[in-house]
Amino acid sequence: MPAPAQRRIIFRHIDEPGYTNDLACYVRHGGYATLRKAVTMAPAAIIDEVKKSGLRGRGGAGFGCGLKWTLVDRKSGKPIYLIVNADESEPGTFKDRYIIHQDPHQLIEGIMITCWANNVKQAYIYIRGEFPVGARILEKAIAEARAAGYVGPNVLGTPYGCEIYVHRGAGAYICGEETGLIESLEGKRPYPRIKPPYFPAVLGLYQCPTIVNNVETLCHVKYIVEVGGDEFAKIGTPNNTGTRILCVSGHVQKPGYYEFEVGKITLGQLLHEVCGGPLPGRKFKAVIPGGSSAKVLRFGETFTLKNKDGSARTLAVEDIPMDFDTMAACGTMGGSGGVIVMDDSVNMVEALANLNAFYAHESCGQCTPCREGSLWMKKITSRMVHGQARAEDGTLLKSVADQIAGRTVCAFGEACSWPTQSFVAKFGDEFKAYPETKQAAKPAGATDLV
Amino acid sequence: MKLKPETLQRIDEIIPHYPVKRSAVLMLLHAIQEDVGFISTEAIEWVATKLELQPINVLEVVTFYPMFRQKPIGRRHIKVCRTLSCALRGGYQTCETLEKEFGVHRGEVSADGEVTIEFVECLASCGTAPVVMVDDDLHENVDCARARALAAQIKQEAARRG
Ligand SMILES: Cc1cc2nc3c(=O)[nH]c(=O)nc-3n(C[C@H](O)[C@H](O)[C@H](O)COP(=O)(O)O)c2cc1C
Ligand code: SF4
Ligand code: FES
Repeated sequence: MPAPAQRRIIFRHIDEPGYTNDLACYVRHGGYATLRKAVTMAPAAIIDEVKKSGLRGRGGAGFGCGLKWTLVDRKSGKPIYLIVNADESEPGTFKDRYIIHQDPHQLIEGIMITCWANNVKQAYIYIRGEFPVGARILEKAIAEARAAGYVGPNVLGTPYGCEIYVHRGAGAYICGEETGLIESLEGKRPYPRIKPPYFPAVLGLYQCPTIVNNVETLCHVKYIVEVGGDEFAKIGTPNNTGTRILCVSGHVQKPGYYEFEVGKITLGQLLHEVCGGPLPGRKFKAVIPGGSSAKVLRFGETFTLKNKDGSARTLAVEDIPMDFDTMAACGTMGGSGGVIVMDDSVNMVEALANLNAFYAHESCGQCTPCREGSLWMKKITSRMVHGQARAEDGTLLKSVADQIAGRTVCAFGEACSWPTQSFVAKFGDEFKAYPETKQAAKPAGATDLV
Repeated sequence: MKLKPETLQRIDEIIPHYPVKRSAVLMLLHAIQEDVGFISTEAIEWVATKLELQPINVLEVVTFYPMFRQKPIGRRHIKVCRTLSCALRGGYQTCETLEKEFGVHRGEVSADGEVTIEFVECLASCGTAPVVMVDDDLHENVDCARARALAAQIKQEAARRG
């Protein structure tokens, strides 16, 4: 089956010749008309539309956006905050970058609609420190929107006022985790908070109810209010609605970003047709489908899944639709939409050594299993690739990883153990054979991964 | 420590963005580092006083976040992405090429004080891997040939500056 066409909603104007990131251009393209519509709607009605839309968060966990908003404590009498997660730090993910740099007003409109719907008077955009240009673009865009009455006191002439501020991170991956982010925004080390009791919806920023949403999620909110929740729910597949940006990197002919209806395109169509297939003379070997923390898939493995009617179906890796639910049923996740592709020039021990170095560097150090475990997984794979591999290292790696997941304050524990668990489970032979193969000449064209 | 008037003005603009002053720590540290190049002990004490904190509250932030540094670096800061998507496309070779061009190891300042090369984690531009940041600017698809051209350009700019 040929791949469906892209459906560009959020990335409609990305890379469009002549489209600039200033207010005039945005308004010329119909910008802020949806905010104008939103302020004529009751906040509860907007939350209803978002619930009806079925929108799931695009930051990684795929949590229902409308449901998240319903959990907000509105009786506490404390202010409610919105934090936009623009930390974009999951390796393999690079979508929010383009929204921020090329279409910042789309995000600001989504923020203002969300704030109106949730009675938020102050919103922060937490942007990763390595986007200094992006931070300046956002600040300029907010100033323009403020001057034009879309942000600030008396939004569009109503008595409602709301400010947006840009807050920069400083190079730590864990600031993407929502409670680590909140600590960071409070001016501290980004040590994630324990849940319960610190669910942001109840006890978030300054112990006030707080909504944390990803950049792309908030752009979808704008579109939902534009077309209505029911219309949005018709896009994509049941329980996996709307479009999403898929970021493809690694060993394909045409890496890049592509927007498709959720679940309408398979991994095989995406990689072979849209991304032009493997590099010349190569075959696909493995793919991490949802950011580096997602479990790896091995080309050639199959998955037997239950249908609704109780019958079973078997899927090859190429057949998996790019959605949340089937990915989870196949033991991995749609995550952040970052698809990292590896071909047959890659040695999986070396690829894991690369990832383990990332996780050991990024653990916040708060929980012993994560701090020590991520470091030991790095030490083992690093020792392996430096000529000291032992046949039992795969088993050792698995035992370390198994002692992290489920025993930590935040989901980084899973994020750092899933690569090791899945690489060892699916490429165990390569780990066993590494003491012998390590000396073998690298295939021509293979690059160093460690 | 002497901050430029525009830095001081920016700092006074930032603090009221937050209902709790402490929240401004990261933004103040960024402003100071952009102005004077690194975060000195004096800067830590200055921020602490400004935000009504103890110096340890600021120091623990400076030592946690990779972007803050307590020592000066080269005039140009070259960050090469190390993480998987870039490595698959040759990021390690890109880093080695730049090291050779400037005669400096990652993590060090070149003898003439011109550049610091650093290997950093994913810069969120994996689709145009390998990527390199020079100061605030992102360079995409930096294979070895482009790395050499980039190095030549940086050297030229240094020569022009004299
Ligand atoms: C270790 C870790 C890193 C994360 N990094 C990011 C990130 O960079 N960007 C992001 O939007 N969400 C990230 N998340 C997910 C956030 O915690 C949170 O679920 C998300 O911002 C919620 O927004 P959404 O519901 O709109 O997806 C991360 C989670 C974990 C556990
Ligand atoms: S799991 Fe890891 S990153 Fe998360 S709080 Fe614990 S030590 Fe920190
Ligand atoms: S891995 Fe280099 S930019 Fe993401």
